[in-house]
Amino acid sequence: MSEARKNFIEGIRAEVPILIGVFPFGLIYGALAINSGLSTTAAQLMSSIVFAGSAQFVTAQLYSEGAPAFVMILTIAVVNLRHMLYSASLAPYLKDLSLRWKVLLSYLLTDEAYAPSILHYEKEGLAKYKYWFLFGAGISLWTNWQISTAIGVFLGAAIPSNLSLDFALPVTFIAMIVPVMKKFPVIASALSAGVTALLAYGLPYKLGLILAALVGIVVGMLLESRQIAKKEAQ
Amino acid sequence: MNNIWLVMIVGGLITFGMRFSLIYLFGKFEVPETMRRALHYVPPAVLSAIIFPEIFLSNGTLDLSLSNARLPAGLLAIIAAWYSRSTLVTILVGMAALFLFQWLNL
Repeated sequence: MSEARKNFIEGIRAEVPILIGVFPFGLIYGALAINSGLSTTAAQLMSSIVFAGSAQFVTAQLYSEGAPAFVMILTIAVVNLRHMLYSASLAPYLKDLSLRWKVLLSYLLTDEAYAPSILHYEKEGLAKYKYWFLFGAGISLWTNWQISTAIGVFLGAAIPSNLSLDFALPVTFIAMIVPVMKKFPVIASALSAGVTALLAYGLPYKLGLILAALVGIVVGMLLESRQIAKKEAQ
Repeated sequence: MNNIWLVMIVGGLITFGMRFSLIYLFGKFEVPETMRRALHYVPPAVLSAIIFPEIFLSNGTLDLSLSNARLPAGLLAIIAAWYSRSTLVTILVGMAALFLFQWLNL
């Protein structure tokens, strides 16, 4: 077996447990997107054009609330900012690749492809053909995401909209953030953002969401600086 | 005019741009420490800003009564998320609680 192929299969193998968790997530996205009023074509193609789970959920939610385009675009940008970190962290391992490979691997760079790949690279170092690992992880996630979206879109059209299925979205977000609520600055960041969102709910164009996110980020950073300053003073 | 296509295409380009940015610029630019730290707070801040109104408001006003079925359902989902650490379990608990409280309120 060639070295490239071996790495490719290892990447897929590392991704399998994650795929099991992502599959229901894709189903829910597909069903919710349809319930939010997106057409089946738009709901399906968002999974390949944007290809970023949480941003797609948020976009579907904002669309159902009639938010204007610039607010949705700004929100996608804020929610996906973290990908710059992944890009920075993987960059040294991909530096010798052709532009074509860099473009392809960047397109496939999601949370779920990044996590196993960076762990693998940090352990194995900078060997040739290692990029096939990221490709295997990324392409298997991509395929899984397209299929689960399609099934969700299909089911979503069959589920009556008065079933309050839209509530699955905030609940999904709860499942994503509650487990990381460990350090005080993170908890304070989440609470201050939440309370700001309630107070600023009446603002036009859903700007309350952007304002609340900024407040949460600033509160988190300020408290973190204070904790660091305190530790250094001791 | 349906502007969702504009959102998807521009949003997709921005997302790709961010994923591609530092892989492309490697060695030419370093992520500033402040930005690195700010990025850490993006998920909890944005997601809470979406969750709170969904749970605490009904028809745009604060509703802390039990007739707002989303409030107890959301709180139970938070407890489920804390103990199970599983997306699937959290969704099942949250949705089951919502249906239960909606049914009790009929």
